[in-house]
Amino acid sequence: MVPANMSEAVVQIEHLRKEFNGTVAVADVSFSVRRGEIVGVLGPNGAGKTTTIQVLLGLTTPTSGTVRLFGMDLERHRCEILQRCNFCSAYTALPANLKVRENLRVAGGLYGVTHWNDKMDRLLALFEIAHLKNQITGRLSSGESTRVNLCKSLLNDPELLLLDEPTASLDPNIADKVRKLLRRIQREQGITMIYTSHNMRDVEEVCDRVLFLHKGRLIAEGTPQEVIARFNQKSLEEVFITVARSGDLLEAPSP
Amino acid sequence: MSWQRIQALVLRYTYLYARSVPRVTEIFFWPLMDLLVWGYVTLYLQRVGNVSAPANAFMFLLGAMIFWDILYRAQQGVTLSFLEDIWSRNLLNVFVAPVRVGEFVLATYLVGLVRIGVTIGVLAGLAYALYSFNIFSLGISLVPFFANLLLMGWALGMVTTALIMRWGQAAEALAWGVPFLIQPVAAVFYPLDVLPRWIQPIALAIPATHVFEGMRQVLRGGGVSAGSLTTAFVLNAIYLVAAAFFFRYMFDVARRKGLLAKLGTQ
Repeated sequence: MVPANMSEAVVQIEHLRKEFNGTVAVADVSFSVRRGEIVGVLGPNGAGKTTTIQVLLGLTTPTSGTVRLFGMDLERHRCEILQRCNFCSAYTALPANLKVRENLRVAGGLYGVTHWNDKMDRLLALFEIAHLKNQITGRLSSGESTRVNLCKSLLNDPELLLLDEPTASLDPNIADKVRKLLRRIQREQGITMIYTSHNMRDVEEVCDRVLFLHKGRLIAEGTPQEVIARFNQKSLEEVFITVARSGDLLEAPSP
Repeated sequence: MSWQRIQALVLRYTYLYARSVPRVTEIFFWPLMDLLVWGYVTLYLQRVGNVSAPANAFMFLLGAMIFWDILYRAQQGVTLSFLEDIWSRNLLNVFVAPVRVGEFVLATYLVGLVRIGVTIGVLAGLAYALYSFNIFSLGISLVPFFANLLLMGWALGMVTTALIMRWGQAAEALAWGVPFLIQPVAAVFYPLDVLPRWIQPIALAIPATHVFEGMRQVLRGGGVSAGSLTTAFVLNAIYLVAAAFFFRYMFDVARRKGLLAKLGTQ
């Protein structure tokens, strides 16, 4: 039996459609994410993952459909919602010529974090980069930058964390540590996470549930094992390849 | 409005400038070059015996140059702050945070104010040291002049930033170009009556024109025209509100077209 608050939908997307100058990026996507879940959004390039994440972050407005986070309409309550979320992407950076602690101090201020100094120290220690606190961010390796970015994304104790390929630039050892840390943080703090990655091992290990997008539509949904079984494959990677190569022909097979 | 978020944004730009020698140099370099070139050109013109030039032409030009810099730096403060976030791929971190558009704009205003304070302090000191020109001889009228140029610079900055938000880095040159579009019409270095008669109504619709005309009037020994300053304030209020609506509109367009995300990751 799932506790009442765990069954609460943190994210509710209904019939999301997004067009850019007549090009359909997301055709019709509906899904919800319950509190405390880690949900992987998967799909080949052009599937609509990034657009869906951008809509959830309020960076892009939907052409049609409704997007509700924490029960609130995203368009009407954008700032209140963003206060309870955070984001980490391998494709964004923190200003390179600021020191790590300066970047985290600014991020703390943007989210109204009190005692940011203590939180920063705790997070830097958690990601094993406490020694980098006074380093210039631009001089860090990509793996170190990613971990600083993850610290930034946890500074405000987010209820919803959007992770866009968070382990993309990490070596296998650090990637493994980060995956385990994310799971631990999720368990301890009950953070809801939406996770995109092209690394299917990441997804199998971290995600409770996956959403498979193809050409702007949701074609499969379930636990990683359910999705693997539904496509009669041995791993998510094989599912991914099957969808990428013959997704047009696929209707998600019935369970 | 959250003061803490505005403070964080200002802090981010302060760190940026404190850490970057080229950026600090840029604040002083062009104003200094302008001051030297305009100053010595005017001295030369006086020396070659251009008897038709009024004795205070020198003051007019130096005063105009310093005043122009107030407007230009105010516009730059807003626009370059936005560009800095694009250049450092930090824009997404700002706009996925609960930062309201008004807070972002206000932070860029404050950054502009600091930049102007520093630049004008240095320029005023150098103008006095090199040419014995004291900008503070304008007295209390300096305050409304300064305020009007600041307001107009902010409005121009918002329009420029909105255009960059809409057309991306391809429109980056506007950051430096937009103020110069109005410079010939705003009677910066010459009186309004030098302009062709049909351009004069357009010039009078620009707040800065009233400031530059007012400055020349004061330097000539006349008083400040309260009517002229009031007109400048009213025009600035209208343009600021219009610029704010334009900025908000372009921000919404950028969100609708997915341009914010594109700008933040390119």
